Amino acid sequence: MSQSFVLDGKGIPFEDGQTILQAAGNAGVFIPHLCFHPEFKPHGSCKLCTVKVNGRHTASCTMRAMPGMVVESNTEELNGERRALTQMLFVEGNHFCPSCEKSGNCQLQATAYHLGMMSPHFDHFFPNRAVDASHPEFLLDFNRCILCSLCVRASRDVDGKNVFALSGRGIKTHLIVNAKSGRLADTDFSLADKAASVCPVGVILRKRQGFAVPIGERRFDKAPIEASAKEA
Amino acid sequence: MSFQLETAAHPERLRRVAIDPVSRVEGHGKVTILLDNQNKVHQVRLHIVEFRGFEKFIQGRPYWEVPVMVQRLCGICPVSHHLAASKALDLVVGAKKLTPAAEKLRRLMHYGQMLQSHALHFFHLCSPDLLFGFDSDVTRRNIVGVAAAHPETAKRGVLLRKFGQEVIRVTAGKRVHGTGAVPGGVNKSLTIAERDELLKEIYHIVQWSREAVHLIQKVHMQDPGLYNSFGIFRSNFMSIVGNNGDLDFYHGSLRARDDNGTLIFDGVDYQQYAKYIEEEVRPWSYMKFPFFRALGREKGWYKVGPLARVQNCNQISTPFAEHERKEFVDYAGGSPMHAPLAYHWTRMIEMLHAAEVIKELLHDPDILSNDLMVHGERQMEGVGVIEAPRGTLFHHYQVDENDVVTMANLIVSTTNNNQAMNEAIRHVARRYLNGREVTEGLLNHIEVAIRAFDPCLSCATHALGKMPLEVELVDAEGGLVHALSRS
Repeated sequence: MSQSFVLDGKGIPFEDGQTILQAAGNAGVFIPHLCFHPEFKPHGSCKLCTVKVNGRHTASCTMRAMPGMVVESNTEELNGERRALTQMLFVEGNHFCPSCEKSGNCQLQATAYHLGMMSPHFDHFFPNRAVDASHPEFLLDFNRCILCSLCVRASRDVDGKNVFALSGRGIKTHLIVNAKSGRLADTDFSLADKAASVCPVGVILRKRQGFAVPIGERRFDKAPIEASAKEA
Repeated sequence: MSFQLETAAHPERLRRVAIDPVSRVEGHGKVTILLDNQNKVHQVRLHIVEFRGFEKFIQGRPYWEVPVMVQRLCGICPVSHHLAASKALDLVVGAKKLTPAAEKLRRLMHYGQMLQSHALHFFHLCSPDLLFGFDSDVTRRNIVGVAAAHPETAKRGVLLRKFGQEVIRVTAGKRVHGTGAVPGGVNKSLTIAERDELLKEIYHIVQWSREAVHLIQKVHMQDPGLYNSFGIFRSNFMSIVGNNGDLDFYHGSLRARDDNGTLIFDGVDYQQYAKYIEEEVRPWSYMKFPFFRALGREKGWYKVGPLARVQNCNQISTPFAEHERKEFVDYAGGSPMHAPLAYHWTRMIEMLHAAEVIKELLHDPDILSNDLMVHGERQMEGVGVIEAPRGTLFHHYQVDENDVVTMANLIVSTTNNNQAMNEAIRHVARRYLNGREVTEGLLNHIEVAIRAFDPCLSCATHALGKMPLEVELVDAEGGLVHALSRS
């Protein structure tokens, strides 16, 4: 543990093989992220964890820490870019926090608060996406998908089921269910699946559980997302 | 269709006065008045030009989301929508009877809302008219003017409302747009600390509410010529009543009376509301016109809200409010009072009742219980009805086997009062507008009549008691004769 790099002027120790995001998390320094999950291989797709290493942009969830690196993260420039990315995620989907049962437990919402996002800024796309309510225990609300692919990775790598996939390209990329009918009810998805509990937003939802936890006791009511740095 | 002054025979020959927008109503509304060359009134309409669409966009959503989503209809009385939807969906999840704790906590939330909404309306929005006069100095006719001339009254208004908001906060999690009620019960009870904080305040809240009743009673009695006749029309009236015909804002059966107070129907299970009430669409307003099916469109319209409720019930269960109800009934002289300005008096009686009920509930140990949820056999449909601050509120949902809402029908309180408000402003226009130049004072007379009903169109523009109004007087050729605006 004698190696270190500099993050926003502060020395951050790291072990061999750790990424910048992991090492920063261990040191209690929060770098915003959405597609990263400590139990899965980094994906590097949401770009929210982008930092500058020796002056160049890179995703901190995929970049291994190296001795002598000079990393910038909590700067006006980078937080502005993260805020713009978050705003784009909000307008690309239909994220209506006021009536969303994930409100208060949602990583996207908490990240937006962390970054001081006061408005969507961009024009809303208002995509027309139906919910999949076919499964007796789960509801899929595709309106809120941010394409982090955590459910895809969890179902494939942990559950061994491949229930979810990302389909389409570019702006048309969307989450699909791996069944001929396209319906969750026609898969072997179950409550015990890792994919059932990994969604950072409000897409994969246990039915009939919404709003059971009162305001004040939800995850991000208790502590803002930056307090979860060590979970990285 | 032959409502007087609703449709002029030859509108093309008439001048048009438009009050657009009428505000202190949720969304947007306008009043149009058609006059002939002698300034005789031929047509008066309150148009609600807002478009909401909630009934449509609830469709396709999971049912448990609905109580939280539909409360966004309003920022003043969201608890009403939150609870009406929850009541309807209780039936969908088979919760025919809630736990005592859940019902009492919901009641507490609702009566807290009644208190804050009535306090807001009376003190912030209407007291300037009532204390200074309808055409008094416009620069003073607002809550700031009240605060300068009657500081104690203004302060009490603020603190009464604040207390009601605190009751909502501890039961729903937030002062506005909380999440306390869920289908089958509630998601939180009160902590001892939360209860004790409210108990510290409730005794003077009850006392202030009593004094508010006496204040409006005095104002009313000082000028009976005005208060008993301004905007008056006779109509049927409807509300829910609780057990034994008690005044009940949270639950009961439907009761309707005609203008003489004779029962039209009583003890009606509100699940059957569609057999008794029908809604008519008229081309000039986005707001529907409900009426009793049995009496038809022309004779079946009705009013709702405090004036209807206080005169529809047999009694009020709390002592101070019951005493005030009897005073009111005595004043009315044995037959129903129909004067719109009597809404204010009855609204304060209701605020007093709400304060007394809150006091009772705060002493009930059930509100600290954690026995909060029940479920039963899943149903496909439910109707929830509640007495919102402004009147009877209907929520009706159908939910498919996948838990998704397939149909929603809402009859909101102000919709029930649609014809009634039109009649009131027609009366005011006939009496005060005929042959006169348009003045700010005249505009305020029309606003005063609308305001008496406390239409739930108000959340958009509560700006220190001033409606941003624009009135234009246009001649038969479309030329502007006179314009007045207030922003």
